[in-house]
Amino acid sequence: MTTESLLGNEATLTTVDAAEGFFRKLLNRNGGVQNAVNWGRKWSLFQYPFVTACCGMEYMATAGPRYDHARFGTELPRFSPRQADLLMVVGTITHKQAPILRNIYEQMADPKWVISFGVCASSGGFYRNYATVQGIDTIIPVDVYIPGCPPRPEAVIDALMMLQDKIQKERSPLLPVTNEKAP
Amino acid sequence: MSKEVLDRLVEQFPDEIVHTHAEHGDETAVVRRDRLVELMRFLRDDDVTSFELLSDLTGVDYFGKKEPRFEVVYHLYSVTRNHRLRIKVEVDEDDPVVPSIMELWRSVYWMEREAWDLYGIRFEGHPDLRRVLLYEQFEGHPLRKDYDMEDRQPLIPPREGKRHL
Repeated sequence: MTTESLLGNEATLTTVDAAEGFFRKLLNRNGGVQNAVNWGRKWSLFQYPFVTACCGMEYMATAGPRYDHARFGTELPRFSPRQADLLMVVGTITHKQAPILRNIYEQMADPKWVISFGVCASSGGFYRNYATVQGIDTIIPVDVYIPGCPPRPEAVIDALMMLQDKIQKERSPLLPVTNEKAP
Repeated sequence: MSKEVLDRLVEQFPDEIVHTHAEHGDETAVVRRDRLVELMRFLRDDDVTSFELLSDLTGVDYFGKKEPRFEVVYHLYSVTRNHRLRIKVEVDEDDPVVPSIMELWRSVYWMEREAWDLYGIRFEGHPDLRRVLLYEQFEGHPLRKDYDMEDRQPLIPPREGKRHL
């Protein structure tokens, strides 16, 4: 069984014993404390939706009860970038907006991730002209790109799961990495 | 339709009309710019025409196709009489100036700024003729057909290893 599926399946724990056993397993795997920290991070992404265009409707569809991306821990949109750790850039970014987007990104505290939602944010889409930024990765780093104009909610959920996998594999130099058995 | 409106306009300003035409029931009058405000005021206040609403103002660039190069197009609508009229003013490239009609319809405030922003047509008498869509640092007028399609004017430089396409 891979690390990811193990950590994913046991996300819903019912008893204290089960919880304790789960965290012991987490700590005993390669990565130690980092595993537990990453597990916490990936299931509690606080997002900041930077919505500029029609993709916003599809973002709302994903957030609504039918698709409900709260199931993946992205329950609460924050209305200040300082409280968020996932920046979702939803829609076309123009050169006039580019400085604003970069400011927002820089105001977010580490650790932070970016999802580029839809083709306009990812590559400029069909807007190849004087006004549009040809992909937000020319301004800020991006972790996951979602294609589509606009993307289906399934694509958004797929991107969230890819981001969770990515977070689970992260290794921070600030946290101890041990292979020792927990007491 | 608005044939009688057009006739009344021609009758009132015979020297100001360059020509008129109608297509699919849409009457159009191409007029000179010198007495534009006066002509528009007549169209708004006269009982037969009574165009209370200016629904749109745009610019057109006929670069390489027609002289003079630019046109400003006014779309008028009468709410009380339910008829429409299109007024066009031809604008020369060397002197791209049209009198502002802010005093007649306040709604042209942003439209005239937009035509200035994207086509570089100046509106004499507009109280605050600044760019409205683009940023102040932008140079040139991007909807002019001789604006380079690949020209980019980013406000911030790209990230290291990236470039603005």
